Amino acid sequence: MNRVSLLQIPWLKAALKNRWPQFTISALLMAGFVFAIVAGLVGTPVGSRNFGIIAVWIAWWAILILAVVPVTGRGWCSVCPIPMAGDFLQRRSLLGPNGGRTRGLNLRLPKLFRNIWWQNAAFALMAIFSAAILTNPRVTALALIIMLVAAIGMSAVFERRSFCKSVCPVGGFIGLYSQVAPLELRVADAAACASCASKACYNGSEAGYGCPWGTFPAGLTRNPACGLCLECLRSCPNDNIVLNLRPFAADLEKPAARLDEAFKAFLMLGAALVYAAVFLGPWGNLKVAALAAGTWPWLGYAAAFLLICLALLPGLFWVAVRLAKRMAPAKPHTARRHDFAQAAAALVPLGLAFWAAFSLSFVFANGSYLLNVLSDPLGWGWDLFGTAGAVWSPLYGSWTVAVQVGVLALGAFGAARVAQRAGARGGLHPLPVSGYSLALTVVMMGLLL
Amino acid sequence: MNLRRKKLWMTVTLAVLAAAVILIPAPALAANPIERFVMVEASQYAFTPATLHANPGDTVTIELHSADVAHGIYVEGYGVSAEAQPGQPVAFTFVVTESGVFRLRCSITCGALHPFMLGRLTVGPNWTLARAAALAGLAVLAAPLAVRRETA
Ligand code: SF4
Ligand code: SF4
Ligand code: SF4
Ligand SMILES: [Cu+2]
Repeated sequence: MNRVSLLQIPWLKAALKNRWPQFTISALLMAGFVFAIVAGLVGTPVGSRNFGIIAVWIAWWAILILAVVPVTGRGWCSVCPIPMAGDFLQRRSLLGPNGGRTRGLNLRLPKLFRNIWWQNAAFALMAIFSAAILTNPRVTALALIIMLVAAIGMSAVFERRSFCKSVCPVGGFIGLYSQVAPLELRVADAAACASCASKACYNGSEAGYGCPWGTFPAGLTRNPACGLCLECLRSCPNDNIVLNLRPFAADLEKPAARLDEAFKAFLMLGAALVYAAVFLGPWGNLKVAALAAGTWPWLGYAAAFLLICLALLPGLFWVAVRLAKRMAPAKPHTARRHDFAQAAAALVPLGLAFWAAFSLSFVFANGSYLLNVLSDPLGWGWDLFGTAGAVWSPLYGSWTVAVQVGVLALGAFGAARVAQRAGARGGLHPLPVSGYSLALTVVMMGLLL
Repeated sequence: MNLRRKKLWMTVTLAVLAAAVILIPAPALAANPIERFVMVEASQYAFTPATLHANPGDTVTIELHSADVAHGIYVEGYGVSAEAQPGQPVAFTFVVTESGVFRLRCSITCGALHPFMLGRLTVGPNWTLARAAALAGLAVLAAPLAVRRETA
């Protein structure tokens, strides 16, 4: 099935099974995370001169959306520092598997929370304050602290990575877009799992913890459910875990058809469009409104944001899907909601392309601030590497525009391809959804170019 | 014609069309180069007017006025810039050569949203967007070609 396991490479397998490399990266990121909070709290209030802002919203964001997510899917979650403290609380061990058992109250997450509606809500909440978060170091620090505290609190009460699975606003969209990545962790042989007595990958063993994401690897069919924490690779006694290279967007061939995931896709798509208008558009009043949290203009902006993401885009899409059903040659009897949720899979590659193209416009233009904040992270007049005074110079040129156009065209292509495949399966004509994707792509191009 | 050949032909056609969209130069408009003078007002966080137009060969003079705090204007692609204090307009002149769309960016940290204070300079007709949209359209048309026939 055109898959190649990367674990055939001996040194890579050894490096992934060993806990040290992963821990070392996480620990370094934790240090950076804490420093970003400290810088946000005590450093200069000028965003572009504060390590907290530049490290998180320029450096981390660029690497995440332009490389880590498209290539590795949930690779970030593999080394993310946010759940470290909670994991430690549950495990009472930083590195060793500690018998594979975990402590804490370990309650099962109530059913009400076992979906990503909460992640959607957390993302929407962050999104309407995004102008403040993106530019004000104190607000960024606050957002990071809230994530850390919530992650620790939830891991003390609930089992496994409950925060990651149902609340983390970052994990939500990483999960959504991880379906596009050409990388997947799966079991090599499902039959071996069926006859496996210990199910150590889920239950834990002397060699590793039971899946922190509450996933049974043998049942894995889509990337969002797996945080790439690599525990099952360590715990499985039968060496049955593989890390495959696979075709792009393979998860979307048989989409989940979940309404919560569909709305995640609309939120992300809408956010990319609105941000492109707010941050890259010429409208000064819109920028001021987005920034002035709590004022009337801001309320108007927030309402418009939510209406676009949760009503306008899904509404138009609903119409497109109804049309697709009409136009289809064969009409299997499926619920309208199911059609809608299934067709929304096409918006996954589209949204990822929107975010990549949007990010390209501001990341490179503002990349030179990295030189300033590395030498003077708090804006206190230090000059550690002699680059504190570097003059702002945008790394931007006609190549950026060319890459943006290429990325957006690729996104439209990906969307149309998913519409074609999933449509053939679900009895939906691919044209309306492809047309919807193309129209939004052209709007996005208009905003970005 | 069998399906394979048909697909091959469609792929080739789309590739040729895409190449044409990217490579065919924009029709040269026979506009005589002129001198243009534009007054641009900068305020937090916008330029007014936000979009400037010119034709290749024109000599453009921008006079920058800052309405509230100090702002700058940096013309991407040309690398020219100027900075103005409130009440002290500054003018600079440059010749536009290449056609296309170029961003104007504020070059002085002027407040929270300074990195997003943007405008545009379009030189000649804006073909970039038309070309980009055409490419996206071709990409969508190409999608069915990339789907293997379901072998259910
Ligand atoms: S879900 Fe969120 S907190 Fe959990 S690992 Fe991923 S990014 Fe980190
Ligand atoms: S421990 Fe290994 S063999 Fe057993 S169920 Fe898990 S992945 Fe399959
Ligand atoms: S234990 Fe395995 S299946 Fe579970 S999250 Fe970690 S890597 Fe993924
Ligand atoms: Cu400014």
